[in-house]
Amino acid sequence: MTGTPVLQLDGLAVRYPSRGFRKPPTTVIEDVSFEVGRAETVALVGESGSGKTTIGRAVLGLTPVSGGRVLLDGRDITRLTGRARRALAPDLQAIFQNPYGSLNPALPVGRTLAEPLLADSTRSPREVRAHITDLLRRVGLPEDAADRYPAQFSGGQRQRIAIARAVARQPKIIICDEPTSALDVTTQAAALDLLAELQQSLGCAYLFITHDLAVVKEFAARTLVLQHGHIVEEGRSTDVCDQPQHEYTQRLVAAAPVPDPVLQRTRRQKRLELHATS
Amino acid sequence: MTAADPPVSVSSRKWTNPFAGIWRRPLTAAALAVVLTVTVAVILAPLLAPHPPLAQDLLHARGGPSASHPLGTDELGRDVLSRLLYGGRPALLGVGVAVSVYIVLGMSLGILAGYLRGWTDRVIVGLMDVMLSVPAVIIMLAVLAIFSQSNVAAMLTLGFLSAAGLARIIRSSCIALREELFVDAARVSGLSAARIMARHIFPGLVGLLLVQMCLFSGIALMVQTGLGFLGLATPPPAPSWGGMVGEASQVMEQSPSLLLISGGLIGLMSVAFGLLGDGLRDLTQDRRQGTGSRSQRPVPVAVAKDTAEASDTPPDAGVLAVRDYSIAFATPQGPRTVVDSVSFTVNTGEIFGLVGESGSGKTVTGLSLLGLLAPNGTVTGGSAWLAGRRISGLPERDLQRIRGSEIALVSQEPMVALDPNFTIGSQLSEVVRRTGAVSGGKDAVGQRVRELLSSVHLRDPDDIARRHPHELSGGMLQRVAIAMALAGSPKVLIADEPTTALDVTVQAGILDLLRSLRDERGMAIILITHDLGVVADSCDRAIVMEQGRIVEEGSVEDIFYRPQHPYTKKLIESTPSIARTEGRVA
Repeated sequence: MTGTPVLQLDGLAVRYPSRGFRKPPTTVIEDVSFEVGRAETVALVGESGSGKTTIGRAVLGLTPVSGGRVLLDGRDITRLTGRARRALAPDLQAIFQNPYGSLNPALPVGRTLAEPLLADSTRSPREVRAHITDLLRRVGLPEDAADRYPAQFSGGQRQRIAIARAVARQPKIIICDEPTSALDVTTQAAALDLLAELQQSLGCAYLFITHDLAVVKEFAARTLVLQHGHIVEEGRSTDVCDQPQHEYTQRLVAAAPVPDPVLQRTRRQKRLELHATS
Repeated sequence: MTAADPPVSVSSRKWTNPFAGIWRRPLTAAALAVVLTVTVAVILAPLLAPHPPLAQDLLHARGGPSASHPLGTDELGRDVLSRLLYGGRPALLGVGVAVSVYIVLGMSLGILAGYLRGWTDRVIVGLMDVMLSVPAVIIMLAVLAIFSQSNVAAMLTLGFLSAAGLARIIRSSCIALREELFVDAARVSGLSAARIMARHIFPGLVGLLLVQMCLFSGIALMVQTGLGFLGLATPPPAPSWGGMVGEASQVMEQSPSLLLISGGLIGLMSVAFGLLGDGLRDLTQDRRQGTGSRSQRPVPVAVAKDTAEASDTPPDAGVLAVRDYSIAFATPQGPRTVVDSVSFTVNTGEIFGLVGESGSGKTVTGLSLLGLLAPNGTVTGGSAWLAGRRISGLPERDLQRIRGSEIALVSQEPMVALDPNFTIGSQLSEVVRRTGAVSGGKDAVGQRVRELLSSVHLRDPDDIARRHPHELSGGMLQRVAIAMALAGSPKVLIADEPTTALDVTVQAGILDLLRSLRDERGMAIILITHDLGVVADSCDRAIVMEQGRIVEEGSVEDIFYRPQHPYTKKLIESTPSIARTEGRVA
């Protein structure tokens, strides 16, 4: 990692106002700090309710931040709104979990892909069209896909469209919120390969939000483990998965089933022992 | 994992056209035809009317239909048809004015408030409250007192004051649309609020707007003709529908047909507006459920009788045996086979995996054993046997008796089995009573409920029984759903992706539970899953399905260590493992 990190979180906190009179606000994430370097993949792992999705949304400006700072390329973007926030779009992009929800069913794929390019008004319609064709080829979809509607694609193909939209303007970092958890395993493997390949050619960094430690180990260099809105463990993915230090990470690792019956039997035994001692 | 992906159609479909498929609804189409015909006729009144609307012919007053007066004449001998045609002009003009104001104002306020929220929302909602609390009719009469006989001014007022109602409806739909992931995605893409509203929000509201427009047209027509009847909007002797009803009502005794004609037309138009609105609403709903626009009916599936009769003797092995089992779904493109000649046997005390990706037919196979196929699905061949008794092709009555007591289901989403309105205890006691496993009174049932809850390792059964489903976590709910499935002591439990919606630590607990239930009760469990990790953890034997066929069958050791079929190998390779060392690490 050299120079300024692409993304830096400094004591980030998100709290939602509670219902009722003078109730203290609900804390979703508290004092979260980490960095993502250039072309690096950092995974954010946690179970439901850990606040991992909220962190991604806070970085993207979709959820208001209550405390701390978010720096993109060294620049404070924590509270940017409106035009200033839109100006970040070329550098900061996202891929959402549900490829069925993240594409407007009423728009042909080409029009959805044109959206990030629309914001940049210097391009002519012909350039936009050529760019979209190029994007579709890059993510392995046929050229005529631009004229079809999302309903005509499978889940994996839709996620490819969402990936194409995210990389349209060669961003510095992409927030990937569970990008493969709605996909079949064979489709997931292909999508992860595509993401890795795009990272090679475009040099973008990923903040990879997931619940699946096995994916993390294969895909991310560094891993942060999140529990109840706090980071409880941080380190190289192989270290976190092979020698988890924190008690919560140990439970997570022990609970992840592996596709190997004999190995899984010993792992299960270990998990039950761990459970009995704690 | 749903039953099957909808077939991909080749042509690109126009999805936003709210009128698509209208011809399958004759009533809606007729209503549209009435509205269009009357509107066109009224617009072309100068060309179509046989007489000037004010021309009197006192010699033929109150005359019946004749060649020169198709609908007869009124008490001053004026041609009724001509007056109807001309009289429609103030009525439809008034409706047009009111509806335009209603739509433009209601839509803009609704979208602005619903999308921008914040203080814009607060100001607009306040304004709407004021508009809704003002009595519209009194304001209209006041406006008419200032702008005497002004149809346009009166209807403008009506549209303005009613727009608040539309704005509320639009606002709430808009708030829902705003939460859609594709709106977030558009924001991240750097689109401005105005662009998002125009591209993503507005198209989603078109159907709703059309429906509201039709319904309000009916109301506006009633108000306009009411004003005409009172002589407030169109000064006599100029013709207007409401005015004609007024005139006709004075000579009701002598010629009742006059009232029937003028009043009937108003009635017909307002019924047509109402029916059109209803029809459009149903069409938009159809489309949301994906049943509209494709205008063909599904082609029914033919059942191959000979294969069904061929195997009448029960196979002698296993608690559950499935032989040459095929399932097809009726689709507009013709029958689609989703399970193709599948055979397998499940033994007592065994956890049997049904493994595959989406569209492999694993869930359909499981549900069909319980007789729970979707209405357009049919078992087209083969047979299924439970403890030596044939269960495929049984009538619904017999299936109901078997379901829950001999074969039970745990689904991916525990809330499918639970009703949010009742406590866990009351729902479980209902099931216990229905399965008839307990003879005796309330105490015996309560005792059985406690047993069931503790058998799924829930710590404080009495406390759980008192709670409502929303008070429990996903893992606890899945345990309750399992307890419910156990109520009838089934021989076979079908668990359809029971842990897919759960966190890994919770998943491990549920799998432990299923294993221990199998050990304690000797039940057979069919575990339907896409996760090879789960298969390796829990199953004794498994079949791997791909596109409705079994490609691999055997003990888990065989499947994982000696896979025969390339698809199985690919599945194993694709499954990420925390124990693997190599990867795609960047």
